[in-house]
Amino acid sequence: MIVLILETTCDETAAAVVSDQLEVKGAVVASQHDLHQRFGGIVPEIASRAHVERILPVIDETLRRAGITLADLGAVAVATQPGLAGSLLVGLTAAKTLCVALDIPLVAVNHLQAHVYACRLADGPGVFPCVALIVSGGHTSLYHCAGPLDFTLLGSTIDDAAGEAFDKVASLLGLPYPGGPAIQKAAAGGNAKAARFPRAFLGQDERLDFSFSGLKTSVRYHVERLRAKRPDGQLSAQEIADVAASFQAAVVDVLVDKSLAAMRQTAAETLCVGGGVAANAALREALAAAAEKAKFRLSIAPLRLCTDNAVMGAIAIERIRAGLYEELDLDVTPGLVRT
Amino acid sequence: MKTFSCLCGNVAATGRLGAALAAVLPRGAVVALDGELGSGKTELVRAVAAAAGVDPRAVISPTFILLNEYAGRLPIYHFDAYRLARDEEFAQLGPEEYFAGSGWSFIEWAQKVARFLPEERLEVRAETTGETSRTFHFRALGAAYERGLDALAASLGK
Repeated sequence: MIVLILETTCDETAAAVVSDQLEVKGAVVASQHDLHQRFGGIVPEIASRAHVERILPVIDETLRRAGITLADLGAVAVATQPGLAGSLLVGLTAAKTLCVALDIPLVAVNHLQAHVYACRLADGPGVFPCVALIVSGGHTSLYHCAGPLDFTLLGSTIDDAAGEAFDKVASLLGLPYPGGPAIQKAAAGGNAKAARFPRAFLGQDERLDFSFSGLKTSVRYHVERLRAKRPDGQLSAQEIADVAASFQAAVVDVLVDKSLAAMRQTAAETLCVGGGVAANAALREALAAAAEKAKFRLSIAPLRLCTDNAVMGAIAIERIRAGLYEELDLDVTPGLVRT
Repeated sequence: MKTFSCLCGNVAATGRLGAALAAVLPRGAVVALDGELGSGKTELVRAVAAAAGVDPRAVISPTFILLNEYAGRLPIYHFDAYRLARDEEFAQLGPEEYFAGSGWSFIEWAQKVARFLPEERLEVRAETTGETSRTFHFRALGAAYERGLDALAASLGK
């Protein structure tokens, strides 16, 4: 069976065609440069209604790359949670329409479970059971995953997501957007011990939640104190590097510490890591070191599957195998479901 | 009254202010929040939402997703314009549909999208006045919000 997968949870309009053997036949993410060129004009980066303009060209291009037509599809899958309500609805409406027109079944995808499934796609079915850390611009959550479809939320951010903290601290330091790569680059020449920033809930092993708002505010005060000491009010390149490195260390410390606590609590033997912040080199190195020391298996999503994409929605194949199809009155679930 | 300021010495005090605000906000209220990073905008929204029956852990920054919705005793829409490059992108979210309902709308970084906000609204400027203290400056635009500020000041004994 060939399945079309749609992903419109936030900014990215993405589609993929995957076989029931998990073979990726074609995939498109609408922020990609080639799509701008192929369809002309500027693709708005941030606009839920822009999904409406992009979804059909993205589906067409994905089918073209896969070398198939709509008639070849056996099912349509779509991410229905969590995300921006208006954006989710565009993908869901497109999916339902195709299902009605082609008389094929509808499959629902949980975007966060899909981020974990990116690890499964890279490293095989043996990654389950696992603890999963999903860390991105919009999410910072820990799950226990007994299987690809069996998720329990262990904890999540109570204020800002880690990726958002990277963006906002980059802005405080006058570094460009997106903040993740900019902070990583600036931190390379910095002293991670130059400033001691707070690590929320660190050492409170029973609590697997995250908080990055206080860290952001603490960095702001630190930057203001540094500025006050200088006649021109500008930080030196070394000071920027030191703040970036110290901030990054604080985020990495908390992410690693909470992941380890979750591993201990669940006695899991594998840690899966997905989401855009999983592309951060310092986080990858720290997780690798922790995995070696604590002797667990580490599976970090490949870089191309860290940021939002539709390929990871191949978790739909697991739902199809389990017979989990949806009725056509299915609705979206914008918020993170805390159970 | 048209303006009102409240100093909150710590997060707990912001929580009490939020609860008092939740008791006086009219149905369909639009609350425009501004203030620099870390000045307590999200914390105030969390406090109001918690007083309206929302799990405070569910109130997280909408910076990335642009809009969070919470189901309290009435719907709460939590917008964030921080990362919008152009204010038209805010209009594409269809904010007028949310503003027209009976729920409460909170907009962080509201100055960036001021021309898409209703004329009648409650403006809040969050100011960092110390390591933990924040001062919230309220400005009522419209009679309903002026009455709300009267009630807020009375309930806080000011």
